[in-house]
Amino acid sequence: MFEYFMQATWSPYVAGASIGVLICLSFLLADRPLGCSSAFIKARGMIEKSVSAESVKKKEYYRDVIPQVDWSFMIIPGVIIGAFISAMLSGQFHLYWVPSMWGNVFGYNAAIRIFWALAGGILLGLGARWAGGCTSGHGLSGSSQLSLASIVTAACFFAGGIATAFVIFGIIGG
Amino acid sequence: MPMLTPLHQKKSAQIVLGLLTGIAFGFLLQKGGVTEYSVIVNQLLLVDFTVMKLMLSAVMVAMLGLHIMKYYGYVQLHPAEGTIGANVIGGLIFGVGFALLGYCPGTVAGAVGTGALDALFGGMAGLVIGTGIFADLYPRLKTGILKKGPFPSVTVQEFLHLPVGIVIVFMEVAMIAFLVLLQYLGH
Repeated sequence: MFEYFMQATWSPYVAGASIGVLICLSFLLADRPLGCSSAFIKARGMIEKSVSAESVKKKEYYRDVIPQVDWSFMIIPGVIIGAFISAMLSGQFHLYWVPSMWGNVFGYNAAIRIFWALAGGILLGLGARWAGGCTSGHGLSGSSQLSLASIVTAACFFAGGIATAFVIFGIIGG
Repeated sequence: MPMLTPLHQKKSAQIVLGLLTGIAFGFLLQKGGVTEYSVIVNQLLLVDFTVMKLMLSAVMVAMLGLHIMKYYGYVQLHPAEGTIGANVIGGLIFGVGFALLGYCPGTVAGAVGTGALDALFGGMAGLVIGTGIFADLYPRLKTGILKKGPFPSVTVQEFLHLPVGIVIVFMEVAMIAFLVLLQYLGH
């Protein structure tokens, strides 16, 4: 049994089905969809609050998504810990700056990779809040609830992602 | 009324539950292979379908589980309403970031847990900046583009005027057919 937890990877069907159970538990125990992007705006709001409480009070968005430590904020520290435990158990944990697939095409310069990762992260954060959720909130929890908006949003995540990936690796790096 | 409402209102219990849910989620994302940059980018390049397989398996289980629990009154669902201006435009902006970074908001945190420093100093830092930009723009977007082109219905069953049970059976069969087709095509 324990050996199973030390395996490097599980079948994506097994991991996926287990995540499906986890989504059911989120609704049952927390009355919430399992989402990840609201944690980042909460973190952002708490950072802003520590600099100037006034500016957070003035911003309308922080009345809808309250910057506080709560269920949806704790998801992100949890994910970091959970992935760390999984990677440690299988001996996969190692520190690196540049993923090899990126490095093989664009080189192993960490500053260049961080620049583009930062640009990607900014668009990801902007887009996630613009659309009201991310791959987990819309893609998994929303689609499972048969939300029309969530299914359309998830299709757009992949449409935009596929087009951009083909430009990056097919045209620029190809 | 869902049965566990008192638990939903206990703030400290919810903080612990959120952490435990996150730990399980991160563990499963890593075991599923999707905290790996190359797995996500190769999905977007349509080379490796691990992400699709994992997501569809999750949706197949959750769609059935959530609607059964809802039927018996254990949970409430919260399907999101949407508009073209919010969901399509936001989704496409997200998609560009998804490919540039090579992670999404959940898997980026998972990648940090496996030691990816670009995910930490690039991805997570960018997400904090990007969500902040949205908070700044929100008052202007809220009355403008986010309202443009509301979807005709909230749920698929309302849209199709079909009983929810039939829609679920159809969706489950369609997802299984897609996964079988992927196998058949050698993915």
